[in-house]
Amino acid sequence: MSDMSYVRSDMLPERTPPASSVGFVGWARANLFNGVVNSILTIVSLVLIFFVLAALLPWLFSPTWNSGSLNECREILNGHEGACWGVIHERWQQLLYGFYPNGSEAGTVDQRWRPNLAFLLLFVAVIPVLFNMISRRMNWVLLLVALSYGAYAVGGTLGMITVVVLLAAAVIVGYKAFSTDKAARAAEIEAGAKRLPNPLIFSAIFPFVVPFLLWGGSIWVFVGAALGFVLAGLAYRYLSAAVGSLAGMIISVLVAIVWWLFLIGPFASAMDAILPIALEQIESRKFGGFMLSITIGVVAIGISLPIGIVLALGRQSDLLIVKALSVGFIEFIRGVPLITLLFVASTLLNIFLPPGTNFDIILRVLIMVTLFASAYMAEVVRGGLAALPKGQYEAADALGLDYWKAQRLIIMPQALKISIPGIVSTFIGVFKDTVLVSIIGLLDPLGLSNAIRADQAWNGVVWELYGFIAFMFFVFCFSMSRYSMYLERRLRTGHK
Amino acid sequence: MSSITLDHHADRSAMKVSDQVAIDIRGMNKWYGAFHVLRDIDLTVYEGERIVIAGPSGSGKSTLIRCINRLEEHQEGQIIVDGTELTSDLKNVDKVRSEVGMVFQHFNLFPHLTILENCTLAPIWVRKTPRKEAEEVAMHFLEKVKIPEQAHKYPGMLSGGQQQRVAIARSLCMMPRIMLFDEPTSALDPEMIKEVLETMVSLAEEGMTMLCVTHEMGFAKEVANRVIFMDQGQIVEQNEPEEFFNNPQSERTKLFLSQIL
Repeated sequence: MSDMSYVRSDMLPERTPPASSVGFVGWARANLFNGVVNSILTIVSLVLIFFVLAALLPWLFSPTWNSGSLNECREILNGHEGACWGVIHERWQQLLYGFYPNGSEAGTVDQRWRPNLAFLLLFVAVIPVLFNMISRRMNWVLLLVALSYGAYAVGGTLGMITVVVLLAAAVIVGYKAFSTDKAARAAEIEAGAKRLPNPLIFSAIFPFVVPFLLWGGSIWVFVGAALGFVLAGLAYRYLSAAVGSLAGMIISVLVAIVWWLFLIGPFASAMDAILPIALEQIESRKFGGFMLSITIGVVAIGISLPIGIVLALGRQSDLLIVKALSVGFIEFIRGVPLITLLFVASTLLNIFLPPGTNFDIILRVLIMVTLFASAYMAEVVRGGLAALPKGQYEAADALGLDYWKAQRLIIMPQALKISIPGIVSTFIGVFKDTVLVSIIGLLDPLGLSNAIRADQAWNGVVWELYGFIAFMFFVFCFSMSRYSMYLERRLRTGHK
Repeated sequence: MSSITLDHHADRSAMKVSDQVAIDIRGMNKWYGAFHVLRDIDLTVYEGERIVIAGPSGSGKSTLIRCINRLEEHQEGQIIVDGTELTSDLKNVDKVRSEVGMVFQHFNLFPHLTILENCTLAPIWVRKTPRKEAEEVAMHFLEKVKIPEQAHKYPGMLSGGQQQRVAIARSLCMMPRIMLFDEPTSALDPEMIKEVLETMVSLAEEGMTMLCVTHEMGFAKEVANRVIFMDQGQIVEQNEPEEFFNNPQSERTKLFLSQIL
């Protein structure tokens, strides 16, 4: 029994782990050849992958890029298996832009720079929202470079001068960001962040720039649309102190509605008389391809999140009517297939609207897809809210934060973070659902592929077209999925 | 139960009770549905008092102090905090909440914010203090609870005792006149209870008005000027700590003390 007594006199030093458990050997042992069954499975899988690639790669790398029809493809392939890439080569512009004017018809000008510029600006606008690794300075440089592409595409002497001016400005704003001295660069980023305006300003303007670029017409209509928000904001700011925040909110919404319904027309025509700035108008039926999918997807994604948050809060509200409206909306929309809503948008809505009103088909589809996404978003956000411990609400209350401040500073940042996987899944779902618009006759990539296959030259092409469309969708959806994982990592602060 | 002994005796010289009323509760009743949680509570707290509220679980002690900053609503009677009556008027409620600090059993720090941001959030957004000034105040209080070096970490990286001290600092940053403690050491390991209690003692030594729901009877003996014993939603007995522990009057108190001491 006396053996039980033991006192350690010196502590053991750390040792390196055995060589077989670290490095590639260690990794392979742990992950590929961990036991007999696993080793067999690894070898069988490798053989399987080999056969799949052996069949797929020759098909993928077939020399048919320049062929003009399926028959030409067959001649080139001469009986061998292979893809007929000529269809993508000939029709990729259509798959990307639909029938957006490309200058091929007599009397038209190539307008595809407009969606291109809108796509570039999309990145400039979302980068400061999505990432924090890029400096303010870099963001303004990106904006100037993107705009210079637009000026280049417009062309002419004035356009070229603008290109030079914009690029010069980009160099002046950005040269310090490219300094080779790392410390100097960091100091400059720190200092520049204070001197340069916040790039989020552009992110706020962006939603009004894009419809102007894509649909064209007078710029003042879109400036007027933006002014409606500014007016509502001003009204809220100066009235809420006098009449209370709820009444202030209602009044500011009314101000915006009155402005949009009655005053925007006179405003736009007055400004047109003073300073006419306009782009050639493009009709909605010319929109198509991935440009259409991305337009619908980005709008639905961008707007459904804020609406979803409001609906989720409404559903948790103590105010009976707010709660009933939110629940009713969410349950109704979730109870109806998206296709039904799209049919309502394409046919029924016109019956209910006063005769003569021309309500753009893409706008109608946008509204329906956005509402559909919002209902799902609301439930995802509600899940995040439910996962927060009650103590967080109590701590916020106990510190004297009012409802909106508590929501904005304490509750939503945590609830949204918890919901990131669900939110991004909903985003990806919405983006893929945009192909449903082909059912109501809009020419999204799937709608176009049917049209292309109806062409005599490409009758019989299946895998190449759908493979290309699938690949494009995969690129977008996979990027979103990777971004969500990056965001989760970035926001992880070491708590459960 | 109260196995923790404090290293030094609290300096009672600064712990002066003034005759200014800080909290006045009159004829307060509260129900959860049909269940009568708080019955006819009458309690007057003077500025500078350190009150420990004890009692078995379910006796309504937490509910009582949560009524003081209206985390719970009472249905009958009056609660007047620093001259402001608590009613459904949200302006008054927010005013009282910004004057009354609260420390919770589970700390309830904001996990998505750093320690410093936790401490500066309410001063900046409620008191409209400029960020720089708020940060200076926060660092001052973080030094006081002896963890200034953790200011830029997140709550999840701290031990329980450190988190609770941050929670105390966060409340202090609002410069409250009254502090409520809702079982601040119940979720902590014994080693950490002590560091939190010592922080609370030093707070008492500076003359803060404190209401503590706690099972730490050592703390009650050392710091409190009054101990309140509650059972079944009522105040059963209250007295100076010496009298309370050595000479309890009611049978219920005697039973309770015999079980925990």
